[in-house]
Amino acid sequence: MADREERRFAEVPRESIRLMAESAGVELSDDVAALLTEDVCYRLREATQNSSQFMRHAKRRKLTVEDFNRALRWSNVEAVCGYGAQDTLPFRPIKEGDLFFVEDREVNLVELALATNIPKGCAETMVRVQVSYLDGKGNLEPQGTVPSAVQTLSDDLLKYYQQITRSILGEDPHLMKVALLDLQSNSKIAALLPYFVYVISGVKSVSHDLEQLNRLLHMVKSLVQNPYLYLGSYVRSLVSSVMYCILEPLAASINPLNDHWTLRDYAALLLSHIFWTHGDLVSGLYHQILLSLQKVLSDPVRPLCSHYGAVVGLHALGWKAVERVLYPHLPAYWANLQAVLDDYSVSNAQVKADGHKVYGAILVAVERLLKMKALSLSVNAEGGIGGLPRPGGIMGCRESSPGLSPPPEPLSEPGLGIASHLHAGGAGCPWEDWTPVPLPAMYCELYSFFGDSLAVRFSTGPSLGNSPPAPLAQPPTTRKELPGGTANLDTARKMPQLTANLNISPRQDGSPHGEQGGGVGSAGASQSLARSSSSSSVQRSRSSSSRPGQRPSGLSRDVFPKARFNPLPAGPPIFSFVIGGRQMGRRCQGRRFQTTFTPSQPLSAVSSRTYAHKLPVIGRVGKPVRRWTCSQYSLHLPL
Amino acid sequence: MPTVCDTRSEMAAVQDAPVEADNEKEIKTETLNDAAGNHASAAGGVIPSPPVASTSSSGPAKAGGPGSEEQQTLMAVLQFLKKNNFVGAVDVLRREAGILEDSDESQGQELAASALGGAEAGDATCTLSRASSCTTSTPAVAAAPAKGGEDQPDVNVVLSAYSQQGDPALYQGYYSGLKKFVESVLDCHRAELSQLFYPLFVHMYLELVYNNHETEAKAFFEKFSGDQECYYQDDLRVLSGLTKKEHMKGNETLLDFRTSKFVLRISRDSYQLLKRHLQERQNNQIWNIIQEHLYIDIFDGMPRSKSQIDSMSGSLAGEAKREANKAKVFYGLLKEPEIDVPLDDEDEEGENEEGKPKKKKPKKDSMGSKSKKQDPNAPQQNRIPLPELKDSDKLDKIMYMKEATKRIRLGPESLPSICFYTFLNAYQGLTAVDFTDDSSLIAGGFADSTVRVWSVTPKKLRSVKSAADLNLIDKESDDVLERIMDEKSASESKILYGHSGPVYGVSFSPDRNYLLSCSEDGTVRLWSLQTFTCLVGYKGHNYPVWDTQFSPYGYYFISGGHDRVARLWATDHYQPLRMFAGHLADITCTQFHPNSNYVATGSADRTVRLWDILNGNCVRIFTGHKGPIHSLAFSPNGKYLASGATDGRVLLWDIGHGLMIGELKGHTDTVYSLKFSRDGEILASGSMDNTVRLWDSIKAFDDIETDDFTAATGHIHLPENSQELLLGTYMTKSTPVIHLHFTRRNLLLAAGAYNP
Repeated sequence: MADREERRFAEVPRESIRLMAESAGVELSDDVAALLTEDVCYRLREATQNSSQFMRHAKRRKLTVEDFNRALRWSNVEAVCGYGAQDTLPFRPIKEGDLFFVEDREVNLVELALATNIPKGCAETMVRVQVSYLDGKGNLEPQGTVPSAVQTLSDDLLKYYQQITRSILGEDPHLMKVALLDLQSNSKIAALLPYFVYVISGVKSVSHDLEQLNRLLHMVKSLVQNPYLYLGSYVRSLVSSVMYCILEPLAASINPLNDHWTLRDYAALLLSHIFWTHGDLVSGLYHQILLSLQKVLSDPVRPLCSHYGAVVGLHALGWKAVERVLYPHLPAYWANLQAVLDDYSVSNAQVKADGHKVYGAILVAVERLLKMKALSLSVNAEGGIGGLPRPGGIMGCRESSPGLSPPPEPLSEPGLGIASHLHAGGAGCPWEDWTPVPLPAMYCELYSFFGDSLAVRFSTGPSLGNSPPAPLAQPPTTRKELPGGTANLDTARKMPQLTANLNISPRQDGSPHGEQGGGVGSAGASQSLARSSSSSSVQRSRSSSSRPGQRPSGLSRDVFPKARFNPLPAGPPIFSFVIGGRQMGRRCQGRRFQTTFTPSQPLSAVSSRTYAHKLPVIGRVGKPVRRWTCSQYSLHLPL
Repeated sequence: MPTVCDTRSEMAAVQDAPVEADNEKEIKTETLNDAAGNHASAAGGVIPSPPVASTSSSGPAKAGGPGSEEQQTLMAVLQFLKKNNFVGAVDVLRREAGILEDSDESQGQELAASALGGAEAGDATCTLSRASSCTTSTPAVAAAPAKGGEDQPDVNVVLSAYSQQGDPALYQGYYSGLKKFVESVLDCHRAELSQLFYPLFVHMYLELVYNNHETEAKAFFEKFSGDQECYYQDDLRVLSGLTKKEHMKGNETLLDFRTSKFVLRISRDSYQLLKRHLQERQNNQIWNIIQEHLYIDIFDGMPRSKSQIDSMSGSLAGEAKREANKAKVFYGLLKEPEIDVPLDDEDEEGENEEGKPKKKKPKKDSMGSKSKKQDPNAPQQNRIPLPELKDSDKLDKIMYMKEATKRIRLGPESLPSICFYTFLNAYQGLTAVDFTDDSSLIAGGFADSTVRVWSVTPKKLRSVKSAADLNLIDKESDDVLERIMDEKSASESKILYGHSGPVYGVSFSPDRNYLLSCSEDGTVRLWSLQTFTCLVGYKGHNYPVWDTQFSPYGYYFISGGHDRVARLWATDHYQPLRMFAGHLADITCTQFHPNSNYVATGSADRTVRLWDILNGNCVRIFTGHKGPIHSLAFSPNGKYLASGATDGRVLLWDIGHGLMIGELKGHTDTVYSLKFSRDGEILASGSMDNTVRLWDSIKAFDDIETDDFTAATGHIHLPENSQELLLGTYMTKSTPVIHLHFTRRNLLLAAGAYNP
């Protein structure tokens, strides 16, 4: 530190002092000037040091003229006037000498006073709030979570919001597609989420307009699929909107021409998607959904279309949901449904048609239940030996689906587990003492309801391993059937019918069907996205019907396997079901029905002999293989 | 202003008296130093203070002021009076002095004061004059910073100590001799003895300057100023400009050096070593300086390490003497008044408060019963008389408890969200901010002398109707409180005009009815938030008032400013109840202890002092900051104090033990605001460096082991754990954080003016 500068502050030169004195009319001798210079320097320094406290207390970093003047004033020195401007003052040298001065412009007061452009006053001092939300680790949370209360929309966002809603709810299908796509991929719309959710909650007010409902549902889908959005508790709101579409007797369903069935199917698919992708955001969501579905199902006053919604909803939530809610409830429900179906009066025609719809939905659901249950059993049984391919296939279906993929079928309960609190007021069996019904018993009971339409094929364990894990992606069925489907759209609406498809051929080499419903369903869904008219459960059932693809080729089958199921005497039964029953979707060319009235097979363990089986048993006749398009030559029978 | 000058010249004359009385040294050391607190206490006791009188009339504690000192003081006053030909006053005082020996001291003083007050016949600033007459000498001089040349006499007094003269050429030799010696001693002593360098350097330099050895002084400064600790840079800069005897007259910093003995703590071993060395060398020059200007506080035990010394040093007058922090401090919280909290019904609670408390007993909220048992460290409930709770206060307490049940428990794992209130378009300069406790109002003090109040809630600010209109309303109606408000006046913000200088501090009363503001114009103003008008201007500080603060129980408030005196006021008295003198430089910030029995003041002399309101004593002096202190915060349990300074460091203090217990490094600029969360788990600090930082205060307090030894010696090893304690740093865009506040639910509010 020895090489420190001698003085680190400015000094006023003696000449300046003398000049200033001269300007005041005083002649200074050298000695006096020297002394005075030192004193002036010191006093200036002192005043500067004193002024710094005013700066500190004003919580500024910049020393202002005002601060200096204050210090002078408190030292009983006259303040320096004329330098109060906020902006910096230019400090200039004079050309011919070492004279420096602060430029001091003259202001023409007359001009200023008469000027027309009166300067605007400063904007008013105001307080503005900005909130930083911290998470547990002290990080600022992403902006998407900022509640709408404190988030003010920027103009851009507002414009975006208007454009998007206008084009989605507007007439132009192309615009809508673009808008939906953007909604699905835009990363900057977090702040708008509450507004979109609010718009979607408007489903209740447009229940007469299927088209609008459909568009809103697509909006839900886009939001759900947007990877940048954190839905948070808005999931609940979205789910309630979707549930509305599934369960409520929409105004649109009064007119039988309206295809509200498809809407419900799509909504159910959406529900399952929301649940499987965002279900963890809201605790207890699964149970709430199940409860409300169950409530609707157990309410006989509700129209059949509501029941249909409940069934497809359960189906969409997975086979476990079906097992827990629909299956126990079936005996009670069956009586009602049968009454409807048995009434052949003309006035009942419409209701009866609805009843068939419900019937088909239930059938599809329970078929899958049986299939999945057997699958889970077989997987359990095979354990480490041959369990690989099947679960692999199940998993595989998820990646392969570009659109809305139905949930990966869980072989176990969804992660939440069925909590005991679920069954608060439901009419079904109490959740607490629910025990899984063994598969054979379940099959027997279901068979007592459905008879042969519960088309089932099974094989025993060892052969399971042989089935090749078919690596399918896009089952062409849906595509190929497409034209026909559209053509027959109207009739399909008019007369809902049930079909059951069965593959005649034992070998399914050419069949592009996958092992599992997922792929097909998803493919269908991706199309339905565009055409908004596909029924997920239908597709799933169809894919179920394609189960033969997995079937070991060596086993030949009867055309109508009439429940030749005998409970195996011992050991855990290992089944592989092939289900042929199916409900007609509009895409199938099939109002071709094949109905057979088969006497129910006496099954030893089944007590439910009481159920009569006058219902048409529907079997779908699938034609083999190579020419899949024409593979269906089921008989057409209007019910 | 003329009265001030009067007072000062008067004091100067008083100062002269002891000099003439030829007991200069003793008076000087006694009065200049530790006696300051005592004098302040005397001053406090004397001032009539009706609401407090009931307690203080029992006699202000005279903290061991020796009788002889009183005697000398009295003599000095007599001489002054004689000199000014106040014959009558002299007679009266003589008579009183005769009584003084066998009567109560405070009484005698009061009489003396009143006698003097009478002699001054109609002096408007009798408060100040009384205070000064009691304190008699230098603390009051220090209190009135010397300006200009008018105070030559007292500077002479102060500087006369430098009149002894050694050979100026030898000073460098003396100093480097000592330097060599210190370098040669054992390591363990070196750090301790190094403390001597700075005070010796300063005093030797001043002696040279005083004796007109300008060139020698400059050479001396140049040679040795580089050796001094970096945290003395600011003072050295002032010194370096000072090269002439004439300049010494008005220099405040210089006065600070001279009016106080620089306190050093040195272990006995080191001290013996030093003494032996100086005696061997016959180095009288240095020895004299040590004797006259230094106070060496010798302790038995291990010499301290360099880091220990560094953590405690830095203040203008060295460390605090150990005795200064020995007094018992009742830091516990007062028992909360029992208020029945109706859990369910919100509307009835107002009426039921008084009427049927018994009925509600079983429904008592757990929060209310928590504070039932008396804290052993708490002061007596009525030690300081507190205002009685009004009904509205009780309602507010209930609201508070209800909110408290919804409070978020903070911790390192759950940090508070931060809500920043940015003042936009504050071109005039935002200088102070305060929130009400319930976070419903925000007030800003501005450099353009205005105070602005905003409503943070949707509820607009309304003022009461005019008197004429008030006559018209139905006074019996149930909603009379609503009817008295003038709906036309509703607005989001109100501007309060009245000050004539920048407003440096604002503080809401706990009941939200009043607002205090203090300004450069030397006044503290009390504003009504019902009428939005000024109610009182408290005049007493004749220099800028830097900070003011309401007591947590209302009614009292503290103010402190450039005159180095903190004043305690009650809202209904236009004169202060207490004056706390002792700081050696401006009081920059003030804070009430949660139990309202103590106030803390931070100062530009880089110390924090804790004052007892009851008797005006200074009960704690905390040294360790290296820059002026600009923020203080008590922990909610009253045990700890946090202080922030221009050096960007936050220091934590244990009030009960009088120890520094933590150092939080991280800020790069002045820490202007500190606040503990409602439960004390988090300390938030806001700074000029545009950041808010959150610190784990629980961990900071727990990590310190305060065993008996450290408590006894005050020597503590501070763990270097700032980084572990720092839980988060949050930047603003370009807004210095000048105020922080935790809502009742523990949301952190911060405020500052956008500074593009």
